[in-house]
Amino acid sequence: MTNIPETGRTPRVQIRLVVIQILVLSLLGTLGGRLWYLQIREGNEYAKEASGNHVQQVVEPAVRGSILDARGVPLADNETRLVVSASRTDLLKMKDDGRAVLTKLAGVLGMKPEEVIQKVRLCDAQTPKPCWNGSPYQPIPITDEATAKQALQIRERAEDFPGITAEPEAVRRYASPGKSNTAQVLGYLSPVTDDEITKAQDTDSPYLRSDQVGRSGLERQYDKELRGKAGVTRYEVDNLGRVIGKAEADAAEPGANLVTSIDARVQRVAEYELDNAMKIARGQFDKITGENYKADSGAVVVMEAKTGRVVAMASAPTYDPNVWVGGISAKDYKKLTGKNSDYPLLNRAIQGQSAPGSTFKVVSTAAAVEAGYEWDGGYPCTSSYSVGGQVFKNFEGESFGPISLGRALEVSCDTVFYGLADREWKKDGGINPKKGEPKDYFYKAAHQFGLGKETGIDLPNEVTGRVPDRQWKLDYWKANKVGWCKSGKKDGSYVEKIAYENCLEGNKMREGDSINYSIGQGDTLVTPIQEAAIYGALANGGTMYQPTIGKAIVSPDGKTVQEIKPKSVGKLPVNQATIKGMDSALAGVVTRGTAAWKFGGWPQDKIPLHAKTGTAEVYGKQTTSWLATYSKDYTVIMTIAQAGTGSGASGEAVRGIYNALYGVQADGTIDKKKAMLSTPQKGLPKVRTDGTIDSPKIAKDPVKELKATDGGTAAPDETQPGATTNTPTTNQNTRRRPRKRGSRRMLT
Amino acid sequence: MTGNSFSVSGYGPERAGWTRLLARDSLARRLDWPILLAALALSMMGAILVFSATRNRTEINQGDQYYFLIRHLMNTGIGFCLMIGTVWLGHRTLRTAVPILYGASVFLILLVLTPLGSTVNGAHSWIVLGGGFSLQPSEFVKITIILGMAMLLSARVDAGDKKYPDPRTVLQALGLAAVPILVVLLMPDLGSVMVMVIIILGVLLASGASNRWVFGLISTGALGAITVWQLHILDDYQINRFAAFANPDLDPAGVGYNTNQARIAIGSGGLTGSGLFHGSQTTGQFVPEQQTDFVFTVAGEELGFVGAGLIIVLLGVVLWRACRIARETTELYGTIVAAGIVAWFAFQAFENIGMTLGIMPVTGLPLPFVSYGGTSMFAVWVAVGLLQSIRVQRPMSA
Repeated sequence: MTNIPETGRTPRVQIRLVVIQILVLSLLGTLGGRLWYLQIREGNEYAKEASGNHVQQVVEPAVRGSILDARGVPLADNETRLVVSASRTDLLKMKDDGRAVLTKLAGVLGMKPEEVIQKVRLCDAQTPKPCWNGSPYQPIPITDEATAKQALQIRERAEDFPGITAEPEAVRRYASPGKSNTAQVLGYLSPVTDDEITKAQDTDSPYLRSDQVGRSGLERQYDKELRGKAGVTRYEVDNLGRVIGKAEADAAEPGANLVTSIDARVQRVAEYELDNAMKIARGQFDKITGENYKADSGAVVVMEAKTGRVVAMASAPTYDPNVWVGGISAKDYKKLTGKNSDYPLLNRAIQGQSAPGSTFKVVSTAAAVEAGYEWDGGYPCTSSYSVGGQVFKNFEGESFGPISLGRALEVSCDTVFYGLADREWKKDGGINPKKGEPKDYFYKAAHQFGLGKETGIDLPNEVTGRVPDRQWKLDYWKANKVGWCKSGKKDGSYVEKIAYENCLEGNKMREGDSINYSIGQGDTLVTPIQEAAIYGALANGGTMYQPTIGKAIVSPDGKTVQEIKPKSVGKLPVNQATIKGMDSALAGVVTRGTAAWKFGGWPQDKIPLHAKTGTAEVYGKQTTSWLATYSKDYTVIMTIAQAGTGSGASGEAVRGIYNALYGVQADGTIDKKKAMLSTPQKGLPKVRTDGTIDSPKIAKDPVKELKATDGGTAAPDETQPGATTNTPTTNQNTRRRPRKRGSRRMLT
Repeated sequence: MTGNSFSVSGYGPERAGWTRLLARDSLARRLDWPILLAALALSMMGAILVFSATRNRTEINQGDQYYFLIRHLMNTGIGFCLMIGTVWLGHRTLRTAVPILYGASVFLILLVLTPLGSTVNGAHSWIVLGGGFSLQPSEFVKITIILGMAMLLSARVDAGDKKYPDPRTVLQALGLAAVPILVVLLMPDLGSVMVMVIIILGVLLASGASNRWVFGLISTGALGAITVWQLHILDDYQINRFAAFANPDLDPAGVGYNTNQARIAIGSGGLTGSGLFHGSQTTGQFVPEQQTDFVFTVAGEELGFVGAGLIIVLLGVVLWRACRIARETTELYGTIVAAGIVAWFAFQAFENIGMTLGIMPVTGLPLPFVSYGGTSMFAVWVAVGLLQSIRVQRPMSA
């Protein structure tokens, strides 16, 4: 024991050793606590991050479904292009990062090696375009215009081109069958935006970076159905991005096909007739403005009267939808949307609104009956109607004496409707209505006819039109009174005077407002599709249908068919007797009224047609022409802005559409074999299980075939109607009526 | 103290076979088994984790998935033999050999500064021997600093001349430590320097040297750090690298990336881990240096809180027993050596695990017993041998 000194364990050392021991333990405790925090408390967070770290997705885009016409003719489908792509992951495994392979590939494709290498590099802040913006695990397309020979060269020598594929891929194509264009109805696609990806992330149909999204028309409305589901293969990768395993794979599901009620042939005829009518109008002289008609835009709707299904819908000016395929160029985009463009992207059948003119009189007639006026009562059709110093003239100063409501509709007598509307206005208490609800029969009727709101057609961005009722006047006045009161002058120019009056009492329903309104003028606005819904309802006995273009959604294998049934949205506020009365009055328009000069020789006994013309003036512009017509099965509405009268501008064109539908020849005989669609298309086209579609052949240009056989009612180069029998007697736009109120006034 | 305490030091009287082995004062019964078993368990866990981290890494394992596993086991075996040798020699014998050991270790680290040394991961602290073997002399320096300082500090106290080491002795001891530390600082191997400074602190505390020395050392260290920081002796990127453990954005491609990936690996392990060989971070090699400095992340990801916690508990057992050994030996030399080893193991384990958990800066320090690395493994097993020797040779009466 003597060699072991006892001094080794002094209290100081002993205490310090205990301190060290406690320190050591607390260090280990700290580690344990931190470990618990990371693994137990925040473990889920990190687990998520870890899985994001090592899983990468490769997307195989789904083939977008086709849009078919009623007989199965594809309006929009996909064409196969040979796409040569490079897999970055494979290239990076090579010693020179694939440079040699890409150079060889450039030789085959006839491109410069640098060009190919640039396309394959990844985009980042320092890399200028061209570069690859997508996932580095996605095959990067080098060209989508490879020839079959080039593709074969690459595939046959696969060992020379590791990581390079040449595969056929589906690219959207707007086929324009039979020269029909249908651009605004079909819409277009463009790449998905970051915003949309984020927004759709947690929904049941998330977007992928490579997705194209429908931006307008049917492509947008039925985007979810058409798009299908992209196939996703998840790969496990290591820290260098090398694939170390396949996690899971979902096969791509192609999108469903959309069968529409559009008939490509009728569509072509409608487009041709609209375009032709506008061309003819531009060759005609407008005596009011002292220059030729501008006829700068127009629309036509052909709709099945008994279902609301749209057979053709055209809007002018138009464009070629294929400019969107493969990405639109800046120049093309400016042409379509720029300030100097004529806005061809607008579908004027649902997005163009203007005063309806006399086509509105069916609403006024129904309102008058509702208000208790006898159908056969004798209503004075005088040459003018005066109220408090203002004179509202009839068309051409005509007078027919006391006539029935039906006759008033047929001859389009403005003064009859002025009188009725004025009486109702007075009954409701005049400028300061009685306490309690004013009856407002004329305004209520418009709402009941579906005006002032969307028809609900299956196209995006439909506009509502406008019913200038008391509520609207009040809202509009509130929004504008400051400006009006500032610029208004009692003795100023026309515009200043109007502003002055509006400032004073623009919030109230004035006598002149109601009078103008009764003949579809003033602030009333309607869209062609609204007119189609109204005249379609008159044709079918009073049922309003929601217009539809989609008829069915058919799965890619044709096995499941989801029909889109016609949807009734209510009845017109008229009884059967009134409908009959209006029916015969509108038939009279064709045989002896305002449209008769364009329908001479029409086989009215076999195919009864009904029509109403309208000619609305827009302040500062030429008159808008309207022609609303219907047969037993169809309603055809055409409107052209700055083109003169309804019958004058659109008469031949609308007749041409009916000729094509029913096979009516120039001499008035009916050739059933030539009829395109004498009864609406029933049933659906067949989609076979292999995805092919049973569709009939379609002529290169149905219009040419028609013209070739019937001698031509209106060949494209003709500027004058060729087959009219009556010479116009009352069609001169010579009248100049003092404008008293409102910014718009009315011709017939 | 009993009468036979004298006979237990050294090798005891001659006895035969089992009797000798099982006798109350036999070597087997006097060994500290918890330390031995915990160290073995840590080494075996290390073998499995190293295997998991390297079996797919063809670019470093020469195409043999067992390459690192076998070497780790070999290192453990050599380390175990070194421990036995250390116990056989005894720490007191080594005390006399300190000048030779010290001289040899200083010679070796100086050799590193010559063209014979090579740089691994930014630290010029290796001597490559060829055949896949290399030596990291700074590991041995840790031991010789402990032994050397202990020898100097305890000499007069154990001789009974003084109660505590006098200032002159303390200065001598510090000077002895300073020479190799300066060399290591030149390499630069900041992690090892930090460990050595902590070892000096532990040694000074255990020696009973005046508090002034202890606080003096701490404040010198703090002052030095502040000076370095304030005078911009280090470049910004070096400071960023150091601070990136707290804010990975400071060095996103370097240390920040490591820290982040390490934290993701450990965090994703959860309670029981993804299962051995099933960690996606490990398989995908997202964490660098995973068989050496970041080996703890393999445990965290694949074995979860249970497995990673077990490593901490086993280290706790080693440290706890080592503290006891330091307290129970009666000679100051043994106390200082044990305390130095405690300070070394404790700090190195805390720093290594702490950096993978994101609470300590990233430095290149191996996790004792667990990390792959020959020199480090040999050094820690020699340290275990020293601890055993101190315990074996203390009087049984304690």
